Amino acid sequence: MTQKIVIDPITRIEGHAKITIEMDDQGFVRDAHFHITQFRGFEKLVEGRPFHEMPSLMARICGICPVSHLVASARACDMILAVHVPETAINLRRILNLAQLIQSHALSFFYLSSPDLLLGMDADVAKRNIFGVIQSNPQLARDGIRLRQFGQQVIEWLAGKRIHPAWVVPGGVSAPLSAENREKILAAIPEALATIQRTLDWYKGVLDNFREEARLFGNMPTMFMGLVSPDGELEHLRGKLRIVDAVGNIVADGLEPEHYQDYLGEAAESWTYLKSPYYKPMGYPNGMYRVGPLARLNIINRCGTPYADQEWAEFRQLERGAVLSSFHYHYSRLIEILYGIERIEQILNHPDILSKKVRAFAGPNKLEGIGMSEAPRGTLMHHYKIDENGLVQWVNLIIATGHNNLAMNRSVLQVAKHYVKGEKIQEGMLNRVEAVIRTYDPCLSCSTHAAGQMPLNIELINSGGEVIDQVIRG
Amino acid sequence: MSPTVRVKTLTIDGQAVGAREDQTIMQVARENNIFVPALCAIEGLTPVGACRLCIVEVKGVNKLLPACATRIEEGMEVTTNSERVANYRRTILEMLFSEGNHICSVCVSNGHCELQTLAKKLGMTHVRVPYRSTMRRVDASHERFIADPNRCILCTRCVRVCDEIEGAHTWDVMGRGINSRIITDLSQPWGDSDSCTSCGKCVNVCPTGALFEKGKAVSEMSKRQEFLPYLTLMREGKK
Ligand code: FES
Repeated sequence: MTQKIVIDPITRIEGHAKITIEMDDQGFVRDAHFHITQFRGFEKLVEGRPFHEMPSLMARICGICPVSHLVASARACDMILAVHVPETAINLRRILNLAQLIQSHALSFFYLSSPDLLLGMDADVAKRNIFGVIQSNPQLARDGIRLRQFGQQVIEWLAGKRIHPAWVVPGGVSAPLSAENREKILAAIPEALATIQRTLDWYKGVLDNFREEARLFGNMPTMFMGLVSPDGELEHLRGKLRIVDAVGNIVADGLEPEHYQDYLGEAAESWTYLKSPYYKPMGYPNGMYRVGPLARLNIINRCGTPYADQEWAEFRQLERGAVLSSFHYHYSRLIEILYGIERIEQILNHPDILSKKVRAFAGPNKLEGIGMSEAPRGTLMHHYKIDENGLVQWVNLIIATGHNNLAMNRSVLQVAKHYVKGEKIQEGMLNRVEAVIRTYDPCLSCSTHAAGQMPLNIELINSGGEVIDQVIRG
Repeated sequence: MSPTVRVKTLTIDGQAVGAREDQTIMQVARENNIFVPALCAIEGLTPVGACRLCIVEVKGVNKLLPACATRIEEGMEVTTNSERVANYRRTILEMLFSEGNHICSVCVSNGHCELQTLAKKLGMTHVRVPYRSTMRRVDASHERFIADPNRCILCTRCVRVCDEIEGAHTWDVMGRGINSRIITDLSQPWGDSDSCTSCGKCVNVCPTGALFEKGKAVSEMSKRQEFLPYLTLMREGKK
């Protein structure tokens, strides 16, 4: 008898993801699938729109990381304009993107994951949330709020709005940075820096308590992919793709984002609407790779800022090759926050940062544009084709969560194999399946966990389709 | 002003006012700083009474009258802000919103749109009629401008400014009722129009983001309309 355990829905906001765990006759887990059954159709929605509207339209895909879509889209549009975007504009976009990264990572770490980390995976669900964190470690909760605020505040100082700013436009940005706002950001940096350093110290102290999770949460050999600067440093806005294998060797370097179709394939599976990208030369599914903060820290030669470089060196000591456990996405996020704060300061001290020349104007000079950037969750790719009047004809997007699709499935399977035995659904298993998904911080887990646990509906189904066990939580 | 024009007296919202007999209720109200909303009327162009947002109550008249297209009368008692009028105006706005795709947050005219401003000002909080979610083809064939009929409210300002001021009459209305739409020349792509002089007046009088300049990103299209009364005056001076 084959049994199927269905966990559904895994989230509230985009509450259309569920998990099925298939069991064999002996009651052992055979396979696990993380389904995304929601189809938003943004690609279709924007057909026929003038391409200048694209950055703002695309930003609407996500309320947590709109800026990531904004910059990736603007990069694609820059290519359509075929102009030289002023360096200052690139740097301003860079700050915006980093500010977004900081606030998104802070959300993921402090609001969504710290309850598990601080109170333990098996703590009472009524307490295992941000309010529980506030009670048991108010400093940590406050730090999370402050860091998130820092990121959002920088976005507002630059772009005039925290959510969905329209400041990033094809060809650059719509307004220069004022001297006053530059000062404001610089003044906020020391506190942000101290905050993240305090958090890192705390986290490194408790890391040892999670040896089991680190061993079981997506701890598997895969490749890692992300953008790097020409010197092999962290780069979230421009740069070229690098792919590194599980041992840490560079598999491919200097891959041009424009030619992604040559080396990235997109497989479609019947159990999910999310496409599963893979590295073509290795075939499917062997070409599985991970993206996001963990991947970025695995592919670089160094971060490129002093404090982050120190932390990075320590981080890489965790394993001899690449750091393989997805559990360490959490750790990577903290290091990236540190890097982001330092880098913003570096960029703000650039002599041209207040330059008024922040935009290049042009019509559509090319009929196709591809923009790639590193979003908080990983490599984000926007690809547009337009007609000669500038109306969008075709769009393809590869979102960060998509790149991680294969890896997320593997991770769920790994956890399920270890924690699911017999015909009963066990509470500890649920929390861990939930937690392993959360290490990837997939978009669909967006704001769900901020105020409580993920609503879950798990069913144990036998081969005849009957429900033999059920747990509903929500 | 011709010397035979007489002055008439009336009340608007209880306020006694005097005005030339050839003036409309809207003109008189505005001269006296009384707010009357308008989407199709614009100073300098012939009023057509298309949008009906300017409706007012006139004592003794059962139906509501468009202030932009109604001449004043001696002894008229006009109310511009009754509950009834406010309700009708909101309903009209809701229908305008539901009829096209007015998604302000991703519109080039966000923050500079007359429709959006009025919806806020008149307290339209939601739309009670079903959206039509139109998929009308955007015309981007013109070298400098784009027409997005999904955001058009058929106020016909473009038609009138092109005809009355520019003298080109590139724009016109085609079809009837819900199928009405604005066209260039004989419903050709704007870029193929022989009559269009590319002056851009239509773009600047358009109250929404239906007509806009190419290359504008979301929220970047603000319109300049100050020119219109001067142009009209200059024309009249020449006559
Ligand atoms: S303004 Fe009077 S009907 Fe439109």
